[in-house]
Amino acid sequence: MARLGDLVLKVRSKNAGPFWITIDIFCGSEAAYAEVSEKLETQRVADLTGTPLQLVKRFDIADLRVVKLSIPRPVVQGSRDDRDMHGAAMAVLLDEMEL
Amino acid sequence: MSTRVLVPSGVLGLGFDRAALSRGLGLKPDIIAIDGGSTDSGPWSLGAGESKYSRAATKSEWRTLMQARAEAGVPLIIGTAGTCGADATVDWMYALTAEIAAELGMTLKVARLYCQQPAERLVQALEAGQITPLTPAPAVDADALRAMTNIVALGGVEQVQAALATGADIIICGRVTDTATIAALPLARGDHAGAAWHGAKIAECGALCSTNPTSGVIMVDFDATGFTVEAMAETALCTPHSVSAHMLYENSDPFQLYEPGGYLDVRGAHYTALDKRRVRVEGSQWVPGAYTVKLEGARAAGYQTTILAVLRQQHYVTNAQVWADKLHAYLTGQITERMGLTPPDYTLEFRMIGSNGALGTLENRTGQPVEVGVLGIVTAATQAIASEIGKLINPFVLHYPLTEDEELPTFAFPYSPATTDRGPLYEFALNHILALDDPMSAFRLTVSRVG
Repeated sequence: MARLGDLVLKVRSKNAGPFWITIDIFCGSEAAYAEVSEKLETQRVADLTGTPLQLVKRFDIADLRVVKLSIPRPVVQGSRDDRDMHGAAMAVLLDEMEL
Repeated sequence: MSTRVLVPSGVLGLGFDRAALSRGLGLKPDIIAIDGGSTDSGPWSLGAGESKYSRAATKSEWRTLMQARAEAGVPLIIGTAGTCGADATVDWMYALTAEIAAELGMTLKVARLYCQQPAERLVQALEAGQITPLTPAPAVDADALRAMTNIVALGGVEQVQAALATGADIIICGRVTDTATIAALPLARGDHAGAAWHGAKIAECGALCSTNPTSGVIMVDFDATGFTVEAMAETALCTPHSVSAHMLYENSDPFQLYEPGGYLDVRGAHYTALDKRRVRVEGSQWVPGAYTVKLEGARAAGYQTTILAVLRQQHYVTNAQVWADKLHAYLTGQITERMGLTPPDYTLEFRMIGSNGALGTLENRTGQPVEVGVLGIVTAATQAIASEIGKLINPFVLHYPLTEDEELPTFAFPYSPATTDRGPLYEFALNHILALDDPMSAFRLTVSRVG
């Protein structure tokens, strides 16, 4: 078992407006992209981020060797319960997951 | 006709490479366009109607760009002035412009595009069924609209083109989409619509679409079939990968980008390296649709006071959450007893920095940190109440024992007073679109001279 972050170049998460977070997995090599695209189950991302599966948008972009996942923010950016104004920490959950 | 747009950086206030700007000016752009805002830092700017960037940084960069404009003899345009693009921040930017013009001895024609929305107009639009929620959207009714401190509509190219048509030297826009100030001139001159929007999206963060993001300056050439993008710093290269990857950035969908009056579809786009520095892009499509503008609004959701205690003693570090839970229960009783307040009159939350400060319940790792910062956050209806609760809990946050039989502990407070009044807490309160028959009907344009 390998951690996703050990296989890929970088996992980045950012706000996509105040109501969404988008997570970009930059795989680097073609082999890493193929592995991530095949083995990364959207359901696991839904579970890790506490998002209903049907709300996860997923884009497997072979040209860029990127798998992109977008989720509605668990709490709206900057509201009382928000802990992470820029959505930066969400990437770590994927970076550290066993693939 | 081709159109050359110089973008000095992703946002005014973050800095750009002066040599790269000079190089760009030497290539004779048709317009200089820069963004001035974003929601990315949170709701405070829109809620308060203030810029998040320092006046000094903004003024020094704007002065440089005003001088660049004079040298190039072309319009200079800023989108979403003062971070949020409210009327107050457009006026702030206008005052800065007038001040610099006077200092430089320039006489300039300045257009201001105001994008703020009176609540009553939106209440009518809501009743007329002209406001539609996006996903996810907060619930909105007339009272909610009236309670918002600032509401703006995001203008698109139509409003920016109206401002350009005044012949102004400088155009200060309130809230507009990130792409609108870049796409407006190419579209007005009949360049390829898909390319205009796509190139604008690529360039809106400046050199972030290149191999050297902090260099800032980007040039985009738009024409009848596509666009060509090049970074102006010698050390920054635009590659097909760096350019196409930028469609990922802060977009929930990397292929479709919604704008007033339609959407950009880049699924058919192909990216070709013209040489080591430049990338050519063709094949993107603009798909026209109903004319709608997005709304952003912020409301005050109480006032906050915070307190921070650092636990270093290992017994407390190990049991930090237990300690915080016990303390919270004790304080809830104290606040009721001494102030007569019970939730939801106020909220008190302790966050464990070092354990799960960033992710909260989503955190799935555990471990023994060296220390834990316990951040207490009080939210109440007024600052006076939040501040009073902060003072009330202060001695207990400093000394509360984990067990009854131990000597009174003391924790590390980093400053005095231990509490900090944060002022109002703002929340984004709109994720909706407004349908317009006439794009200008929700926007105002003012033209005047400075200097």
